[in-house]
Amino acid sequence: MSEKKITEEEVKHVALLARLHITNEELKAFTEQLNNILIYMDMLKKVDTTGVEPTSHPVPVPTPFREDIVAPSLSQDLTLSNAPQKEKKFFKVPPIIE
Amino acid sequence: MVPLYYRTISELHEGLKRKEWTSVELTQAVIKRIEEIEGKIHSFITITADIALEQAAEADRIFASGDPVPSLCGIPIAIKDIFCTKGVRTTCASRILGNFIPPYDSTVTRKLREAGAVFVGKTNMDEFAMGSSTETSFYGTTFNPWDTSRVPGGSSGGSAAAVASGECIASVGTDTGGSIRQPASLCGIVGLKPTYGRVSRYGMIAFASSLDQGGPMTRDVKDCAIVLQVIAGHDPADSTSVNRSVPDYLKVLEKGIGGMKIGIPKEYFIPGMDQEVEGTVRKAIGTLEAMGAKLVEISLPHTEFAVATYYIIAPSEASSNLARYDGVKFGYRTPKYHDLMEMYMKTRSEGFGNEVKRRIMLGTYALSSGYYEAYYRKAQQVRTLLRKDFMEAFDKCDIIVTPTNPTPAFKIGEKTSDPLQMYLSDIFTISCNLAGSPGLSLPCGFTKDGLPIGLQILGRPFDEETVLSSAYSYEQSAQLKKRTVESD
Repeated sequence: MSEKKITEEEVKHVALLARLHITNEELKAFTEQLNNILIYMDMLKKVDTTGVEPTSHPVPVPTPFREDIVAPSLSQDLTLSNAPQKEKKFFKVPPIIE
Repeated sequence: MVPLYYRTISELHEGLKRKEWTSVELTQAVIKRIEEIEGKIHSFITITADIALEQAAEADRIFASGDPVPSLCGIPIAIKDIFCTKGVRTTCASRILGNFIPPYDSTVTRKLREAGAVFVGKTNMDEFAMGSSTETSFYGTTFNPWDTSRVPGGSSGGSAAAVASGECIASVGTDTGGSIRQPASLCGIVGLKPTYGRVSRYGMIAFASSLDQGGPMTRDVKDCAIVLQVIAGHDPADSTSVNRSVPDYLKVLEKGIGGMKIGIPKEYFIPGMDQEVEGTVRKAIGTLEAMGAKLVEISLPHTEFAVATYYIIAPSEASSNLARYDGVKFGYRTPKYHDLMEMYMKTRSEGFGNEVKRRIMLGTYALSSGYYEAYYRKAQQVRTLLRKDFMEAFDKCDIIVTPTNPTPAFKIGEKTSDPLQMYLSDIFTISCNLAGSPGLSLPCGFTKDGLPIGLQILGRPFDEETVLSSAYSYEQSAQLKKRTVESD
């Protein structure tokens, strides 16, 4: 590998931030691929962006307002219909605080 | 006689009105076609034949009743598996949504239903629309109907292949960086990415929210206008959908191209491009000129930076959008875990494929402190310059014409081991999403090996009318020999 834009340690850290578990084998492959991609991204450094406003939205739209009117929403049963685990009327997750 | 499953919406609609066939007969013909060819093409993740036949029977009742008939009444349509369909499994081609049954409809599918469409199934795609070949689907690759050793393109590869092979009459896809136009081009059909904000994204599973846009994939330009008419429009449920009236797209189709100024960007004819693609596209441009259009050489100077810009912005937005898949409220949850953290980590690692993981990590990295300025903010600034390129170009021309892709369909497996090469295959389609403008791909010929070649037409924001009418003029004038997957 020619240039190191990202190390295996950094990839491990990023994976943790993204809540992804990756194996040692995957770590090697991902690091090399991400490194190549980041080297390619470096070309953006050539572009002079001094004073250029960033675009977050291609079609600028002002914040849309609407009347605050109560409308029907999904029932509790339908909302829970895809839950991997539920109990009574709640989503069930493992204990968060011991 | 052309089989029913190979006809256009407009022909079939007339035949339904004249009682030459019923929607049930038409739907049965399409289902039979699916049974015949699906084993070779694999366009679908879920086939909904029973639902389709019920909807077809309902459509026939409407035709018989003498009530006003909506435009897609009784027409078999395939839906990319990224649009939530109430009561029908919607996977986004991911294991993590393998058991997800949406409790509501996306706005696009609701509007299609209201227009009387018959839903034959949910089409295959790259996982979470991340890919250009449909090879990243958890449910297996789709094969290009013109040559099954090749990819159909992606991410809406299943939708494109289904239209091309007669497994539906039309379909809908989504386009974040070319995902409608590129597969439309590689499968020899028409595909339109509307202006960002033209079609509601409500219930369309999010990949990159500032780039995603749904649109039609059809056999000809007229059908494209018919489907766009149904799905376009403001939606209070999507705050980025734009509140502008929707023009009558069919009415303007025959506007003609005489006197129109067509921009030819020099950056889109590059060394290394496939010779047959370049030759065929140049010939199509010649046809446009012969029809009375004026060619203008233009420059989109930031084109070379589009892929890098896109592959920072899209994964950044994706890393945030995909944070919702945590095994709590819907979708897959790993069977074995000790605590919450392990549940999250295992659920996501088992639920996502490698390309999705790669993009989540790329996005997480680009947004993380210390790198945000250098990557994400920088890319957003370059995006401004790319948009400006387009705005300046549209001062000089009415539409921009380019090849849709630098090459015809590539071989299955050819680019899977090198993500960067795969990303570069989007080089001509990506800028349009970054700029937000509408873009259409339509067939303009075949390579000598019989692979379709696409012509891309880009327009000013919210000027789908000119894009469609120019495409229609070209289609009428070029009169390409109608080929089907079977004819040689």
